[in-house]
Amino acid sequence: MTDRPWVTIVWNDPVNLMSYVTYVFMTYFKYPREKAETLMRAVHHEGRAVVASGSREEMERDTNAMHSYGLWATVGRD
Amino acid sequence: MTQGFERTDDGGFSVTFDDMERGLITSLATQLLDLVTPPHSATTDDPLAAIVGNMAEPVAAPDDVALARLFPDAYRDDPESAQDFRRFTEHDLRLEKCARARSVQDSIVTNDEGDATFVVDEESALIWLGFLNDVRLILGTRLGITEDWQEGLESMSVSDPRIGLFHLYDWLTYIQETLIQSLTGD
Repeated sequence: MTDRPWVTIVWNDPVNLMSYVTYVFMTYFKYPREKAETLMRAVHHEGRAVVASGSREEMERDTNAMHSYGLWATVGRD
Repeated sequence: MTQGFERTDDGGFSVTFDDMERGLITSLATQLLDLVTPPHSATTDDPLAAIVGNMAEPVAAPDDVALARLFPDAYRDDPESAQDFRRFTEHDLRLEKCARARSVQDSIVTNDEGDATFVVDEESALIWLGFLNDVRLILGTRLGITEDWQEGLESMSVSDPRIGLFHLYDWLTYIQETLIQSLTGD
């Protein structure tokens, strides 16, 4: 059985500004603007996006950081 | 009426608020503190528990819609993991949001005459950013904000008791947007 990676998922919500979500992805994950905007649009249009993957501990840390920024994030399996 | 945040020539961030605006921000910070201050910290006699909360005690997901939005379940289909995560994170997250609100309140108090201009460094600007977002989350959740809320506002009766709160939300959104633009150089 292969070890499936864990993921951090960010969900769409009507309060967080698109500019803010992009800013958080650039600041926290150090993603280049283009990638941050692509992820932001995926959250906005598809309702959710996987923004990071890795170990469970790492994904819990990322999810906690997203909650600190006020984004709606969960830990899941890819 | 504030023009929002602007980047200064030396890399700081400046914003001007009049008396009424400063009163609003102070009041919003107080309301945030009332809502978010951890239930344990005010009453416990145990100094360690005051800092870390009581980690042995399960922490239920908040019933209040605004609190549920600020501290969402980290696992959608696994209540046990969600509760574990909450037990280890929610207390600190609450303290962090309270610290931001208090910091904003403190900076307002130090500069409280007429049109007061605040110039802050990047670290303080990020505190303002988090605070503005927290307040918008609370207000937006309470108002049931949707993606197209601005269209709803145009058709709302002037006698609707919620209209003032919608305008407050709009105002906070504007300030936050100017701050993000200042931070990203857009």
